[in-house]
Amino acid sequence: MKVSLKWIRDYVDIKLTPEELAERLTIAGLEVKGIQTIGGTWDKVVIGEVIALNPHPNADRIKLATVNLSTQQVTTVCGAPNISLGQKVTFAYIGARLKDPYTGEDTVLKPAKIRGVASEGMVCSEKELGISDSHEGILVLPPDAPLGAPLGDYLGDVIFDLDVTPNRPDCLSVIGIAREIAALIGEPLHLPKVHYEETDKSIESFALVDIVAPDLCPRYCASLITGIKIAPSPSWLQQRLNSCGMRPINNVVDVTNYVMLEYGQPLHAFDYRKLGGRQIIVRPARNGERITTLDGSERTLNPDILVIADKEEAVAVAGIMGGLDSEVTDKTDTILLESANFNQAAIRRGCSHLQFQSEASIRFDKGLNSELPLLPLKRTTQLLLELASGRAAKGIIDVYPGKSEPKPISLTAREVKRLSGLKVKIEEILKVLKALGFECQEGDSGSQVSVSTPYWRSDIKYSADLVEEVVRIIGYEKIPMSRLSSPLPRQESRLSPSAQQSKLEEKLRSILTGSGFQEILTYSLVSLEKLQKLSPKVELRIPPLKVANPMTREQEFLRISLRAGLLATLAHNQKFEQGGIRLFEIGKIFLPRGKDLPEEREMLCAVLSGPRAELSWQADKKLIDFFDAKGVVENLLNHLGLKASFDISDDETLFAGRGASIIVEDDKVGIVGEVHPRVAQAFELSNTICLIEVDLAKLLAKITRIKEYQPIPRFPSVIRDIALIVDEQVSYRTVENIIQSFLLVAKVTLFDLYRGEQVAKGKKSFAIRIIYQSPSHTLTDEEVDQTQEEMLARLRRELGATLRD
Amino acid sequence: MLERLKELHAQALEELKKVNNPRELELWRVRHLGKKSNLTKILRSLATLPLEERREVGAQANEIKRALESNLEEKEQLLQEGILTSPQESQRLDFTLPGRSLTTGRLHPTTQILNEICDVFQNMGFQVIEGPDVEWDYYSFEALNIPQHHPARDMWATLWLDVGMGGKARLLRPHTSPMQIRLMERERPPIRAIVPGRVYRYEATDATHESILYQVEGLAVDTNITLADLKGTLFDFCHCLFGEERKVRFRCDYFPFVEPGVEVAIGCSVCNGAGCRLCGYSGWLEILGAGMVHPDVLARVDINPDIYSGFAFGLGAERIAMLRYGIDDIRLFYSNDLRFLRQF
Repeated sequence: MKVSLKWIRDYVDIKLTPEELAERLTIAGLEVKGIQTIGGTWDKVVIGEVIALNPHPNADRIKLATVNLSTQQVTTVCGAPNISLGQKVTFAYIGARLKDPYTGEDTVLKPAKIRGVASEGMVCSEKELGISDSHEGILVLPPDAPLGAPLGDYLGDVIFDLDVTPNRPDCLSVIGIAREIAALIGEPLHLPKVHYEETDKSIESFALVDIVAPDLCPRYCASLITGIKIAPSPSWLQQRLNSCGMRPINNVVDVTNYVMLEYGQPLHAFDYRKLGGRQIIVRPARNGERITTLDGSERTLNPDILVIADKEEAVAVAGIMGGLDSEVTDKTDTILLESANFNQAAIRRGCSHLQFQSEASIRFDKGLNSELPLLPLKRTTQLLLELASGRAAKGIIDVYPGKSEPKPISLTAREVKRLSGLKVKIEEILKVLKALGFECQEGDSGSQVSVSTPYWRSDIKYSADLVEEVVRIIGYEKIPMSRLSSPLPRQESRLSPSAQQSKLEEKLRSILTGSGFQEILTYSLVSLEKLQKLSPKVELRIPPLKVANPMTREQEFLRISLRAGLLATLAHNQKFEQGGIRLFEIGKIFLPRGKDLPEEREMLCAVLSGPRAELSWQADKKLIDFFDAKGVVENLLNHLGLKASFDISDDETLFAGRGASIIVEDDKVGIVGEVHPRVAQAFELSNTICLIEVDLAKLLAKITRIKEYQPIPRFPSVIRDIALIVDEQVSYRTVENIIQSFLLVAKVTLFDLYRGEQVAKGKKSFAIRIIYQSPSHTLTDEEVDQTQEEMLARLRRELGATLRD
Repeated sequence: MLERLKELHAQALEELKKVNNPRELELWRVRHLGKKSNLTKILRSLATLPLEERREVGAQANEIKRALESNLEEKEQLLQEGILTSPQESQRLDFTLPGRSLTTGRLHPTTQILNEICDVFQNMGFQVIEGPDVEWDYYSFEALNIPQHHPARDMWATLWLDVGMGGKARLLRPHTSPMQIRLMERERPPIRAIVPGRVYRYEATDATHESILYQVEGLAVDTNITLADLKGTLFDFCHCLFGEERKVRFRCDYFPFVEPGVEVAIGCSVCNGAGCRLCGYSGWLEILGAGMVHPDVLARVDINPDIYSGFAFGLGAERIAMLRYGIDDIRLFYSNDLRFLRQF
């Protein structure tokens, strides 16, 4: 809310600078987002009156204006088309600080001759004064502007832009803010005196109010004013509306807006003669009922929306906007003035249905108190009598089905201390609460107060609320600082599944970054299109959960795998990366479970592609392939004390025959392989792309055991290298399995794979290092020879393997 | 024979002078002291000499042998020192050649800052707990004093999975605060925990807005927990992350599930409080919201608000990383551009 400090000063005397005041308000919960000073630079600008206008001797469009400044008369050159005799204008002396109307920058007025005639100063436009962007003509002040007075005294102001939190609708008003300030700085609050004369004719003879939906309209107050003369508002009123960012319209509308800004109560003036009959009905709209609102748009209503109606049709959308048909116009002479209370939720539903908010609905939406409407109604009536020469009908309509009494709240100094840690004397508590308008009754013991909440503070319900009031007015900066002294909660076992899970993630992150993988974090929401790119088939195996109100098509579905995010990120980075790229993400995927919350499964996904090493003088210049990815998987599992086997995978993202399932103890925990070229193409990727995916929950299930110590071998090992020639279709695993099955074999390492001239066509040669070791004794050559002979015999028998010469 | 010995000795000494490296020294040793060296030959042939001569030559030869052995040792030492202090030209490395590179990756800056934040709170005895990203309306709003149609719902632009299902509507949590309820439902005081996690916003992205963010929620509940404890904890935290010198501001703010409510800001890192675009000319940068757990919230999870009290806070990880590293565009975090990620 924008609010004029000058206006606030009507109710409270402020000695602080605007900056100091802003700081206090901000700390106390009413954040001042911005301070705009109007006229801070107007020290050489005064109010004058144009008393003579003569043509310029050398130019047609420029005039010589004589301006009376009360103490002296000056002559100036003026080219503004709107200057005329008798106007009150602003006059800037040479040296005045103004804005350059063309560049908008600060400038100082210099002596100048315009077409040979010297000017003693300048008559200013709004833009030159920094009030607005208007530069079509000079600023013309109202006739009552004080001649010769510094402009700063007359028009200068400081505007606070306040961020009012939803719990404080009372601070969407000048009085509410003034009350806060008064309490903060310890000054009294002066409220306007509301009093006016009524005519003899009773309001009931004009109108009756019927509330059909009392739950949605707890109170409806109205006054009636006859003999209204519609005219522009006086300049002071226009100025105040302008300063709070509202556009002046006419005296009636302006007064209702003025009082809304002053008290926070929205009011609405109906042209009484345009209402059908005397009856005002507050009722839910009928299904499909239509109304053209003040902004000229036709709106279709439904029973969720509350309307004000005459006996035929809706004349206003309650609390949101008036109808065009009953609008106050130049011809209006009698008005029915509404000041009502509407249910907050109903207003909110209405606004969301109509996709519309108004200054009124913003206030009702926060929940105004039903005690509020009466006083602002009287204030508005009073001002309309003064400013629109109206006459008030006798009495006020006040239909109040929803009256409720707030319960007093008990507060002790002990409670203030218990919650805030701040020791406050009961006298201090009383002082603060009273300044904010709370009524306090001291208990017998003198340590307890019974506090009644003023109607404008519906947000206060508990002693905790009062504690906040006390502490924020005293100042949050006064709260001492302490460290938690309460006992620590029981520590969760490191072996619990959740602790293990976070440990696992931490470990994987550390292994992967150490292996050259960059961690990325991608959106949990993806487009259907991206999900479909992952599989050549159009149908998805799992239908992903859809967001009902997505911000963009790109983020419409909850991811069912991390793959799309990684592949898209890889594609993005391939555009400018020359070296190899290795990326991983550890994150959740979301698997639907009917109407229940989805299963959130923690996954690891990694992609790698491009040159194996950074380009360098000694580096490996080969491209990443399947075995790089497999090596990463083996390394990961090895760190976790697990061993995997790999089986052919039919996963659709992987290239058939070049992708494998990762099997740990007979369970598939993930996949590793080359991405299907069509998938790679869909993501606009180049090079061979390898992808790893591991289900962390499945992995975790395999590593809940604590690692068990194995004694370090005491006896020396024997190393034997062999080269085996086998048929092309014999897999390495079958060879290794046979070798491993011999008890004395401690380790088997494939150190070369050869195909070519040295071996027959359709054959390949494995060079294998076998390390023999016994836990019980030093091996003899004879023992090793014998084992190896048996081994070779079995390899020959079962796989047709022969020893290469 | 004695003449011959003298010659051999002189020759050996002469050659030793020319020895420049251990390899040459070894050759010299073989030549002059080895099994096939002339000196060894003479010593072996002593038996063939007449007794008189044998004694004289033997003594001389042994003396020369001892002398040469000691020279050898000396030279060895000299060479050793020489190698350590100044290697041969041919052995010098061009150490300006690049090292053999190791490819290493890095953690995402968000992970790094989350780790740091969690570390600070873990050292204060907070346990790290996680919760679901997809939540019920009940936990996200209703149980936090934000029923349907509450004006404070506007404070969280929410992505919904279901519409019009009340508390049973599923949504992408717009904050980590639902975990306050879940935690208090399953644990009894003393509770002291933090919850890092992803949150979601129905928001168009720009330099200061993202549709996903990471938050860290904090909760401490027990008897005698006060606003002063909250203030001390959060000031400690700010000083841990931003340095002891950094100004911290503790002001009243509103969140429906705390009372009294708090907002914490730190002095702007760019303008140092003078006011700039980053801080919106206020000199302060908001980093977290906090407060004392609302009595209604405590009562809802069967914790008696007259006996127990607690504080809660929620902070945005990216915001803290941005202030820490001077990042001016939040979109960089999830653009996953390696040129950005590799800087951390």
